[in-house]
Amino acid sequence: MTTTDHRFSATRRLILQGAATVALIGLGNPWFGLAPAYAAANDKYPEEAFRQKSDAEAIKSLYGKTAEPSDKVKLDAPEIAENGAVVPVSVSTTLADVTSISFLVAENPVALVASYRIPAGTVPAIANRIKMAKTSNVIVVVEAGGKLYSATKNVKVTLGGCGG
Amino acid sequence: MASTIRVRATSSGETTEVQALIQHPMDSGFVKDAKGEIIPPHFIQQLTFEYDGKPVFVADWAGGVSKDPYVKFAFKGGKKGDDLKISWIDNKGATDSTTAKIQ
Amino acid sequence: MKPRSAIHLVIAVLTLAALAFAAPSANAADAPDPVADAKAFKKFFTDKFPKVKLEDFVNGPYSMNEDLHRQWQEKEQFPPYEFSLEMGKEMFTKPFKNGKSYEDCFANKGIGVRQNYPTFDEKEGKVITLELALNRCREANGEAPFSYVKDEMAALTAYMAFTSRGKPFDIKIPNDPRALEAYQNGKRYFYTRRGQLNFSCATCHVQSPGERIRAEVLAPALGIMNAMPIYRSEWSGMGTTSRRFTTCNSQIRGVPLDPQDDEYRDLEYYLSYVSNGLPISGPGARP
Repeated sequence: MTTTDHRFSATRRLILQGAATVALIGLGNPWFGLAPAYAAANDKYPEEAFRQKSDAEAIKSLYGKTAEPSDKVKLDAPEIAENGAVVPVSVSTTLADVTSISFLVAENPVALVASYRIPAGTVPAIANRIKMAKTSNVIVVVEAGGKLYSATKNVKVTLGGCGG
Repeated sequence: MASTIRVRATSSGETTEVQALIQHPMDSGFVKDAKGEIIPPHFIQQLTFEYDGKPVFVADWAGGVSKDPYVKFAFKGGKKGDDLKISWIDNKGATDSTTAKIQ
Repeated sequence: MKPRSAIHLVIAVLTLAALAFAAPSANAADAPDPVADAKAFKKFFTDKFPKVKLEDFVNGPYSMNEDLHRQWQEKEQFPPYEFSLEMGKEMFTKPFKNGKSYEDCFANKGIGVRQNYPTFDEKEGKVITLELALNRCREANGEAPFSYVKDEMAALTAYMAFTSRGKPFDIKIPNDPRALEAYQNGKRYFYTRRGQLNFSCATCHVQSPGERIRAEVLAPALGIMNAMPIYRSEWSGMGTTSRRFTTCNSQIRGVPLDPQDDEYRDLEYYLSYVSNGLPISGPGARP
């Protein structure tokens, strides 16, 4: 892809690096141990979380806590994915004070697929298209009011038959 | 070169719904080509939507997101005719951004 | 008249009458009747799938399976063929080196004409498909032809299909024995078994629509051309009619013909004709 705005990216990187450095030095804590509000505002890309193989490790890296299943989190995913390369998955929730939503696919080589920051005023509902390497649990995690909630659905992925 | 970002932002009542489709290979780095060699990872890492100078939605992505990625969300606020700024940066440091008018 | 002569006469008359009755039906069996074919074709599928609306057959496997339908609807909100369509629109209006463009090769500047293809060219005595017409346009204007299976051809046909969305297929078979022959050739190809798997097109798309071949849900043959060109999730990209015909042949482990070979053109002619009246839905998406 073309780089269309060099100045923008360079400045952004500086700010990111600067902010991260200040945060680390100023508070002397790993960033994921901070209060939810700060974590949501922090601009840092969760590189560590994207390195974790398992969903449990990815969630721990992202949020520093575990999630409890909640029927207030509605995960919409197909029974059998038309194709593992493009699986439409969406979530909505009635929980209040949502600050972050993440999607994970347990059987993917990297479990964490996407993590979204929800500033105040943004509706906690997202639709996206994800890759699934094989039949797996799809897990959505919602951070609301400082706590973590989840919903899971098993989605089957098959190899195409006539799709040569 | 034309932007890689396609946006549809529609305001209805108090909420603005946003859909974005971005042209990007989103190579995970786990797939081999016809010769058996790994196709190196090449994916958008961060995608930001800004309204009125503030982020209304930020996506942290990696290779698990589909090629030509799509996302839909909504935020409170936004009026017809207002600007919505969208920008992304990928793992190679490439960037793209565009400004769309809310319909 | 003597009794024997009378009997001979009666037998002769009866034989002639029998022949007279037999002859027309024997001719009817040999003479192609596309109108009857199309009617029977539609009836077969609407009888088989009474809950599917006629115009929905153009959505292939998505009209055969609810789970697939939902995934497709979600993706149609902002479809994966969007970029190809955009590219096609740009390409279509961009002039060739000689100053002309595709607009000069088609009626109505190429807008809203896709539903008329394939046509039968009476001068040449052959079927002309949309893809063929596009490449001939390029060659007539000093440009190199595009590959029939790759992205540029897909983009152009995607744009032309888009301008015809909703218009019913309107394939004409002129009163020309060669046109009827091309139609019959296409029909014959469709129903002939081939390849190591010994499948005909009909084996999957007439006998088993809505059922699975391994993990894929099969599309009905009715309306199967209407969504072309298609973005296939499995190709992670666009494909033309030529691409689909050639890969289909490979998949049943037959030797594919060259894109736009006479038989493929006739096949497209047949398949499009029997879907007359169904709306163009291209560019489309498929698993």
